[in-house]
Amino acid sequence: MRQFGWNEFQLLVFAARWTIILAIIAFVGGGIGGLIVALLRTADNRVARGAMIVFIRVFQGTPLLMQLFLAYFGMAIFGFTVNPLIAAMIALTAHASGYLGEIWRGCIEAVPRGQTEASIALGLHYFARMRYVVLPQAARVAVPPTVGFLVQLLKETSLTSIIGFVELAREGQIITSVTFRPFLVYGLVAAIYFAMCWPLSLVAGRMERGLARATKR
Amino acid sequence: MYSFKFAPVFANFDRLLDGAAVTLQLSCGAMVLGLVISIICASGRTSHVKALRFLVGVYVEVIRNTPFLVQIFFIYFGLPAVGISFNPNPAALVALTINVGAYGTEIIRAGIESIHWGQVEAGIALGLKRVQILRYVILKPALRAVYPALTSQFIFLLLTSSVVSVISATDLAAAGNDVNSETFASFETYIVVTAMYLVISTILSALFAAIQRMAFRYPLGR
Repeated sequence: MRQFGWNEFQLLVFAARWTIILAIIAFVGGGIGGLIVALLRTADNRVARGAMIVFIRVFQGTPLLMQLFLAYFGMAIFGFTVNPLIAAMIALTAHASGYLGEIWRGCIEAVPRGQTEASIALGLHYFARMRYVVLPQAARVAVPPTVGFLVQLLKETSLTSIIGFVELAREGQIITSVTFRPFLVYGLVAAIYFAMCWPLSLVAGRMERGLARATKR
Repeated sequence: MYSFKFAPVFANFDRLLDGAAVTLQLSCGAMVLGLVISIICASGRTSHVKALRFLVGVYVEVIRNTPFLVQIFFIYFGLPAVGISFNPNPAALVALTINVGAYGTEIIRAGIESIHWGQVEAGIALGLKRVQILRYVILKPALRAVYPALTSQFIFLLLTSSVVSVISATDLAAAGNDVNSETFASFETYIVVTAMYLVISTILSALFAAIQRMAFRYPLGR
């Protein structure tokens, strides 16, 4: 049995960097995927819209834990060497694409229809219309819920510990198993997550209130 | 080429169904208990007593800014160190209830705050009794305003409940783990389990939508 000391505390804090790295990877990957999902979900093409409805339904209707398991065991089936980091990246990216796609769809639809009609009348093509007219206006509404989702994503990276990836939650388990101080260690792990998430939550809340004030009649 | 082996998974399908029953019990139990906590805490957070507002604020912020996985580890492994211990399934119910209660508190509070005081005054002017005002002027419109947020939180709760499998509760995800370790058909097992979660969550959201259509059919005045 080992005492819980400064070394163990440092191990926990260093493990948190993997939590942050995972969250950033998932956020960037999910941001790209989510934009594609949101654009297809609001496209004129029926097949594209239908496919995205199914995609969002599946990823918002099943547990992230199962998505992680499927990515993990699916890798072996498709002939890749099983690697928890890669599996976590795939599952988190797909998961975040589904959620961000749905959030951003709402933001795109919140842009008044007249804006699209006006840009069509001005002869703008789809790409220019989205790039210069619709998306900039949607982005203003999109920022607060996106930051809110980032908090959710940061917390959800803890599930990658279950497929064996060593981040903050897993490091907590490992240290608990050698120090036998679950109350202290999990309390500290929770505190470290809190220190990462709370500032983001505060920012998201403040932006939401600011936006609500700005859009009030 | 890999050939899929679904037969051994379906041979154990009754065990997966048992797990699904536990998942439903845990989620529904946490939903009801969590709603009670939410209503109590929401009234605490809008109360005049400063200490009460602060305590509820701490509860809500701590739960909403830490992962459910760590919460359940703390409750199941951490609390026994201070003399509070649970079996896996009750621990799962406690953890899920505490978790959804925090999110619910914020949602209910938003609902209460969406009621204009003028509405209550109008109710008094019309000679409604206190109970009538509470029921028709405050609770029903408040619930209507937050119903979509509340039900999607409940769907999220159902999905989150899969995490309780890590403390050897006997829910659907845990049943999947058992079947996986016996049949070695990992991918197939989790495909089936995932599909079961999708079916449950789809039925549940259809049910919530049906309740919404029935209960809140009256037109929204401006």
